[in-house]
Amino acid sequence: MTPAVQSPTVLRGVGVGRRGVVGPVAQVRPAPHVAADAPLLVDGVPADAATAHTRVEQAFTDVAVGLRDQAGRASGTVADVLAATAQMADDRALRAQVLAKVDAGEPVVSAVDGVVTMFATMFERAGGYLAERVTDLRSVRDRVVARVLDLPAPGVPELTEPSVVVARDLAPADTAALDLRHVLAIVTELGGPTGHTAIIAGQLGLPCVVRVSGVTDLADGTVVAVDAADGTVTTDPDDEQRAALVARAEVERTLAADTAPGGTSDGHLVALLANIGTAEDAERVGPTAVEGVGLFRTEVLFLERTTAPTVEEQTEVYERTLRALGDRKVVVRTLDAGADKPLAFATQPDEENPALGVRGFRLVRTNPDLIDTQLAALAAAQQATGARPWVMAPMIATPAEARDFAARARAQGLAQVGVMVEVPAAALRAREILAEVDFVSLGTNDLAQYAMATDRLRGELADLLDPWQPAVLDLVAATARAGLELGKPVGVCGESASDPVLALVLVGLGVTSLSMSAGAVPAVRYALRHHTAEQCRAMADAALVAGAAPEARAAVVALLHSSVRSTLGL
Amino acid sequence: MAQRTVTVASRVGLHARPAMIFTQAVAESGVPVTIAREGGEPVDAGSILFVMGLGVPHGEAVTLAADGPDADRVLDELVTLLATDLDAPEAGAPAAGATP
Repeated sequence: MTPAVQSPTVLRGVGVGRRGVVGPVAQVRPAPHVAADAPLLVDGVPADAATAHTRVEQAFTDVAVGLRDQAGRASGTVADVLAATAQMADDRALRAQVLAKVDAGEPVVSAVDGVVTMFATMFERAGGYLAERVTDLRSVRDRVVARVLDLPAPGVPELTEPSVVVARDLAPADTAALDLRHVLAIVTELGGPTGHTAIIAGQLGLPCVVRVSGVTDLADGTVVAVDAADGTVTTDPDDEQRAALVARAEVERTLAADTAPGGTSDGHLVALLANIGTAEDAERVGPTAVEGVGLFRTEVLFLERTTAPTVEEQTEVYERTLRALGDRKVVVRTLDAGADKPLAFATQPDEENPALGVRGFRLVRTNPDLIDTQLAALAAAQQATGARPWVMAPMIATPAEARDFAARARAQGLAQVGVMVEVPAAALRAREILAEVDFVSLGTNDLAQYAMATDRLRGELADLLDPWQPAVLDLVAATARAGLELGKPVGVCGESASDPVLALVLVGLGVTSLSMSAGAVPAVRYALRHHTAEQCRAMADAALVAGAAPEARAAVVALLHSSVRSTLGL
Repeated sequence: MAQRTVTVASRVGLHARPAMIFTQAVAESGVPVTIAREGGEPVDAGSILFVMGLGVPHGEAVTLAADGPDADRVLDELVTLLATDLDAPEAGAPAAGATP
């Protein structure tokens, strides 16, 4: 091997997850590039229409059978998608229309292209779910054309060593054909962080970077470092970078190996939950070792729309979410629009201080239908699935508001009703608020913003927004104390729950569940597992007596088990 | 020519799993059946691509049509199918087409 003389090239994309690996590139073969009028040769001579008919019909059958076989070997979502793709290859209208063109003397490639394009256009025009199926339709086209012309099947190469699979875009059928024992990572030139490839990579626990421009130009065998945390693909990585990724992978493996319920070393249980924003997120975290969803932000359903989504539209999304989590806990937060998340149909014009204006539950004053529709949809999803979703309202400031929300939710038949504590007034009156509801959840980002009178969007004031600020911790402590006194759950669903050190303090203060991005769960689980409940309480005390945020954190880090400090690199 | 008009009961509309169950039933009947949205062109009801491509939402009516001695019986069966919520977990064939 010649020494790498050129400096490493760094290609950038959007990372999914936080893992990193080093390995050789294996390019997925693109669709066959054949002219639309390429002749179909049989024994070196152009085939007549009757022979072409037989060959095309056989190709459709072979492709459908192949896909169905793959579906049989796959499982879960992958199997479902493959079965659906097989059914497309089997579709009698697709086949009949292609064969009619072939019978009329049209070249086979042009015939297949024409009919597939007609369906693809129809699907794209319909948008949504159907538009996403166009990739599957094109993969049927590529497979059939290759089969008829006796070209190598497009798609995934046979992997002989652990490799970084690179593709322009991966159809689900391609992903399913991967020999997973040899897949280190998936990198695509197209696609998005919420697309098929990313979802499937997430389910498989593979590092994935999408939208990496130029990556399909890399030669097979080029060694690359794929870092999903950074969203980078680096060619010929140096020793330092390799070592860093190897060390990170080692730590991640250790942490991820523990999938038992979250809790302290002496058995005090603390539910570790995921924050999600869409039904797709729910389907992605479903197979992971999270104990449920502690915050389902429902804003995505409402953003970039001119009218509110209907009960039916919302019910479908809530149903998918509940089904993805089975009998695990799901906490749905009602619409938190306003401030930095304006809505065309609800935002008040000319608010001078939108963060202090009509946002969150306060929309009930101007648009009561919004919240009632949302609660009705969630109740319908509860009915349809038999799941027992929890529901909570954001931006509650008074016990009266909590009572109003609880009455609306219970009237719809929702049993577990709570509110967010993110306004300091609610934290100071947590006991009275908790008397009205079944649980509360602390949103530490907004709680810090309002307690410290600091705009979350002002980067130069970030030190004031630090969740380690003793004043913010005081408000968390007051809320947790009220929960302990009344015997009601107090969760945290802000960013602070994903910091393994701060998570220990929160548990020491009496917080009963922690909700965070799913990728942060293993490190938090690990930190908790290595300390007793008593140690967590001592850390909470140390944080509360500190004079400032950096001192509070330093005091707690000093109390950490030494192995936890070294594993987490603190 | 026998015809039936029926409202699609599946909550997701005639997509994914409901479309798969419906087109399989049409194919198994052995009778050529067409399906059309109100005011739209009839298409082959045995084609998953055409049926999904119609994009029929929940609660919208579709018209089925067929010819021949078995037409009435087959259409009645298909109407019953469409009037059922095929997206309910217990409905129809194995869950090969669950929304991915």
